[in-house]
Amino acid sequence: MRAIAAFFLLLAGVTPAIADEKPVALKDAPGRETVEAACGACHSLDYIRTNAPFMTQQTWQAETNKMINAFGAPIPADSVKPIVDYLTTNYGVAK
Amino acid sequence: MLKRRSVLQALGGTMALAAPGFMTRLACAAEVPLTTGLPGGEYDTAVLDALPGKKPLIKLSYRPPNYETPVSYFETEFTPNDAFFVRYHMSEIPTAVDAATWKIKIGGEGAENPAELGLADLQRDYEQVELPAICLCSGNRRGLSDPHVPGVQWGLGAMGNALWKGVRLKDVLAKVGLKKEAIELVIAGTDHPPSPKTPSFVKSIPVWKALDENTLIAWSMNGAPLPRLNGAPVRLIVPGWTATYWMKHLATINAVTQPFDGFWVKTAYRIPTGKFPVIDRFLTQEAPGSTPITEIVVNSIITSPSGPLTQKPGKPIEVKGIAWDGGYGIANVAITTDGGKNWHDATLGKDVGRFAFRQWSYRFAPAKPGSYTVLAKASNHIGQTQADSLIFNPAGYHNNVPRPLNITVA
Repeated sequence: MRAIAAFFLLLAGVTPAIADEKPVALKDAPGRETVEAACGACHSLDYIRTNAPFMTQQTWQAETNKMINAFGAPIPADSVKPIVDYLTTNYGVAK
Repeated sequence: MLKRRSVLQALGGTMALAAPGFMTRLACAAEVPLTTGLPGGEYDTAVLDALPGKKPLIKLSYRPPNYETPVSYFETEFTPNDAFFVRYHMSEIPTAVDAATWKIKIGGEGAENPAELGLADLQRDYEQVELPAICLCSGNRRGLSDPHVPGVQWGLGAMGNALWKGVRLKDVLAKVGLKKEAIELVIAGTDHPPSPKTPSFVKSIPVWKALDENTLIAWSMNGAPLPRLNGAPVRLIVPGWTATYWMKHLATINAVTQPFDGFWVKTAYRIPTGKFPVIDRFLTQEAPGSTPITEIVVNSIITSPSGPLTQKPGKPIEVKGIAWDGGYGIANVAITTDGGKNWHDATLGKDVGRFAFRQWSYRFAPAKPGSYTVLAKASNHIGQTQADSLIFNPAGYHNNVPRPLNITVA
């Protein structure tokens, strides 16, 4: 019975969530929370994971600038370096 | 308190209904049908996931939703609505649309008599037109660019073929009356950016393309109302051109007398000027360095077999696929089984329309043990053919390099 009940609970948990955004985990490293807040405000974080690991420090910088300048992302100036450092270290390649 | 037996019966009933979907999701989690050559991060991030009204598709991003169609759905002439790819630029997408009260506002300084038309007006006052056409995201195959470029890392399935039904945009524009100074039509839907500082997804098309008899305002797709996630209740159909112009949830059309200066035309969706063999040009938006993407380049894929395989000597195999272009029509699909030394004609399937997928097949029976590299290369009626090597561009557009299928005979 417990197994069946557990399965039922699992179904209840799984089915309604199909249409919803599920959490996308980023690597736990310095800067992660800043990245989650800044990037996750406008789009899901799978964009970061799928755009990896080919981006360099330069292209992650350019992408971050684009989000701020072209898309108006409200990212404070002092968050830019931690964001680019995190993305380059965890989702980038050395140039 | 329920008796044990009735609980089991109740659960049994629920499980019988729920189990197939549940098992599909379990099975899918293990095996997402992604092609080779995508960025590494895509393989451990993409999942099969079902949006409302859709079958499980390959989820590339949740917000905004970007979901591509698994290649197996391209084995039929028309792509099922519930498997048709989903692409949004902005996270605030309409969660409900009311076809009965929907209005399209048509105006702008280039229009004589601005009008507001509902779906009933379109269905009552204008000739109804049906047209098969592929809807193909400009960024389809971006994920296969070498080197990789940033963006949604689409594989092969940001496209689909459907039978669209609607009215000609030119008929609607005739009623509104375009001034002779009008050069572009600015089109917008009802999806919105998450921040007021983000440029809304607004596009423009040249007046001459808007007046093409194949450019439609459509409400029906494969005989059913448009799915919400494919633009309900009405979207623009711009056959031959990439889907960036196929505005979903079409709400405004403004005729303008100056080139539109929005981000999504001036900055995004551009290709290097003169680098691709395209005929249609959007000249009021062309610059020396870059120009708007316009028509779809000639292309093809192998749909079956779905991946490399090994078989016994002499065993026949049927290679199947689809080919398409920007509307000139597929003339030929050439097949090589030896990596490009010798080419043979595939048998073309039924011609359902020059803007649609064209199916093809090729049977052979490799006798000698060894490795066979199969490639398909489509040509259209104006002599264009697929590129032998990638024409690199920063946004990863127009990748029509043939993709090899390896067959081992042993």
